[in-house]
Amino acid sequence: MAQIFPKSANALAQASIIAAGILAVTAGGALYYLQRSPYVTRQHETREQPIPFSHQHHVGGMGVDCRYCHTAVEKSASAGIPPTKTCMNCHSQIWNDSPTLEPVRQSFRDGKSIVWTKVNDLPDFAYFNHSAHVNKGMGCSTCHGRVDLQPLAWQEHSLQMEWCLECHRNPEKFVRPQDQVFNAAYVTPANQIELGKELVKKYGLKPRTSCSTCHR
Amino acid sequence: MSARSRSLALALVAVVAAGAGCRQDMHDQPRIKAQAASDFWRDHRGARPLVEGTIARGHLREDEYLHTGREMGQFVNAFPFPIDRARMERGRERYNIHCAPCHGATGAGNGMVVQRGYRAAGNFHQDRLRNERLGYFYDVIANGFGAMPAYAEIAVEDRWAIVAYIRALQLSQHARLEDVPASRRAEADKALSGAAPAAAAAH
Repeated sequence: MAQIFPKSANALAQASIIAAGILAVTAGGALYYLQRSPYVTRQHETREQPIPFSHQHHVGGMGVDCRYCHTAVEKSASAGIPPTKTCMNCHSQIWNDSPTLEPVRQSFRDGKSIVWTKVNDLPDFAYFNHSAHVNKGMGCSTCHGRVDLQPLAWQEHSLQMEWCLECHRNPEKFVRPQDQVFNAAYVTPANQIELGKELVKKYGLKPRTSCSTCHR
Repeated sequence: MSARSRSLALALVAVVAAGAGCRQDMHDQPRIKAQAASDFWRDHRGARPLVEGTIARGHLREDEYLHTGREMGQFVNAFPFPIDRARMERGRERYNIHCAPCHGATGAGNGMVVQRGYRAAGNFHQDRLRNERLGYFYDVIANGFGAMPAYAEIAVEDRWAIVAYIRALQLSQHARLEDVPASRRAEADKALSGAAPAAAAAH
């Protein structure tokens, strides 16, 4: 019986083994990057909101402190979305006939909450506490980016576990002096590692990396 | 079961398991998160308003002096607790967060919000307010005054710390060189002489 495959088919068989390897690595790599890409994490993507609230205007332009609105950030897990009354502290008189702000006035009149869309939404199986971070030298902008430059809020980082761990393993890379925590425009100094190591010691930072720290 | 059908079944299980991983049930659990919506209640608020008259244990505000700035109905003119350096720094911080937007960093009543059209805020350096009793400032923070809304979100102790800082601002705007400790007078002299040409140029 004649041979079905010529001898040269051996080369094809060998090449196919290599090709399969390349394909597997490429597919794996593509998945690796896809999973971390803004397509999946929704980084830098603004969300539809009932009112086009601009942090850039309020924080960057007017110089309003984060804590004027996010009053709970220093004492609770959630930073807190302000009640409509906080908006009306100023907007009872400023832009008080603007159609854009009608949902605010409507909410103030009938007592119904404004339904904002959450931008930085951690998975529910991850426990996070704002107060634990901002009281220990972790700045707002470390996680939220330059909020003072965001016309509509977006999520600055991936919020994936490896991102959390990067800081939990090396807090000295990110910690800043306590009086700079709420400075949105804070610039990391050239001697960050040196300063960071000092601050880690001073603030007694021992960020944990065990599973149950966040998954509890 | 043949080896082939067994491996097929295994592959099927793997596909189903991998597919299940894409569901978001664990990401979005049915429990209510802070301030999240809930369909359970008619107003869709997960955060429930307190039943009127509810007082949490230990939160009864029965200390008239501390909680209202009054004693027998009259504004007090002393602090309910000692004001030390830390308390004053806290007052400065809270003032800059909650008050400076309207009253300005020095308390002249010309903060950014006023510059943008809000009714002029009180100038702490006018005689009426310089002579006001401390309890008055506490009361205005707690209950509002004129166009100013109440700032109930500021904790009671912080309101008093802010009052202390307002007093410090008032003193600072009417300070004289003799008020500066002798050991630091040279510094003040230098700062003042540095500021003088700029002020002269402005005239």
